[in-house]
Amino acid sequence: MSKNPYELTWKEIPIGFIHTDYMSAKKNHTGSWRSERPIWNEAQCIKCGVCSLFCPEACIVQDEKGYFHADLDYCKGCGVCAHECVTGCIAMKPEEA
Amino acid sequence: MEHFNVFASKLVPGRELFSPGHKACQGCAPALAMRYLLKAAGPNTIIANATGCMEIISSAYPDIAWGVPWIHVAFENAAAVASGIEAGIKVLQRKGKLAPGKINVIAIGGDGGTFDIGLQALSGMLERGHEVLYLCYDNEAYMNTGIQRSSATPMFSSTTTSPAGKKIPGQATGKKDLAGIAAAHNVGYVATACTSYPFDFMAKVKTAFETPGSKLIHIFAPCPTGWRSAPNEIIKLGRLAVQTGIFPLYEYKGGQYHMSMELPFLKPIKSYMKSQGRYRHLSEEQIAMVQENVTARYEWLQKLAAASQEG
Repeated sequence: MSKNPYELTWKEIPIGFIHTDYMSAKKNHTGSWRSERPIWNEAQCIKCGVCSLFCPEACIVQDEKGYFHADLDYCKGCGVCAHECVTGCIAMKPEEA
Repeated sequence: MEHFNVFASKLVPGRELFSPGHKACQGCAPALAMRYLLKAAGPNTIIANATGCMEIISSAYPDIAWGVPWIHVAFENAAAVASGIEAGIKVLQRKGKLAPGKINVIAIGGDGGTFDIGLQALSGMLERGHEVLYLCYDNEAYMNTGIQRSSATPMFSSTTTSPAGKKIPGQATGKKDLAGIAAAHNVGYVATACTSYPFDFMAKVKTAFETPGSKLIHIFAPCPTGWRSAPNEIIKLGRLAVQTGIFPLYEYKGGQYHMSMELPFLKPIKSYMKSQGRYRHLSEEQIAMVQENVTARYEWLQKLAAASQEG
């Protein structure tokens, strides 16, 4: 589709508004909603993965060393990971303007 | 108790079928429920989703957050459409037009789309015994349209259509017993779950798919926007709702009730209510009244479970 999908008229949209590209919501970078970002203290992290399990956005991924980090393109800054962290190693740091 | 341990997070399938970038509010527990549902159900799944928060946030044209075949239907007919999908799969497989094998069919509705508007279609589906799992995510009001009361709204909760004032302290009636209604249809499997106990929920989804007949899972999903609470407290509020007995976790299978979580004692409900703005207006007598109802209902469920174990 060459045209921007937001500019399509009703004649160009498939009948029934069928979405053909699964999981295309990944284009929406909801990270801009955030007012606080989670910061991991790797010295205290036990790599249990509770943060990744309880993330409503499914944006916390494990790196090669086994530590967890939020994908800041999508993190909305709800703070569930920091609240549920077993060792308390996640701090919510306000975003600077 | 093995299902209540959250420290084995790595046992959960890593594949995400509900993509990030959906438009849910910060700290949305229903979105968490969808994530767990798809992790447990796997990619071989078809979903019929009634109008509600989860439909609005996941499918704003031209983007979609789902990684499985998914259809949006009206408020009242999610169960009817899922029944049709299941019947269609059966016929196509009989005629040889579709490869044989099990395809999971799921209907999803919010509490408004299940308790109020979709109840007769749900009852029809349960009565006809279609092989469908109906998942009701319960955030206790119509959150998507602006926090109107539904019949899942608990007593004395303040919403925009049951506001707390001088004469009326919020919602006047209690919560409808959806799992009880489903169990009264004598279906294969009925369970209640909570987003704060993901292993319990995923085990229940797997049990549901192994059971023949219609299935219903009622999952309790805190909504920080509608409950006027902090977005980082959703998991804590879900745990407190279970531990205070406000939302007891139980299963109904083969005519028998079984408590999923045996609580040695019930925590006082004040610990659950104090961080929610929708209960801010309550007096001590009203809290005591709610406490009495909650304890009575929990004891009744315990008796039911004990009686069905014996008999």
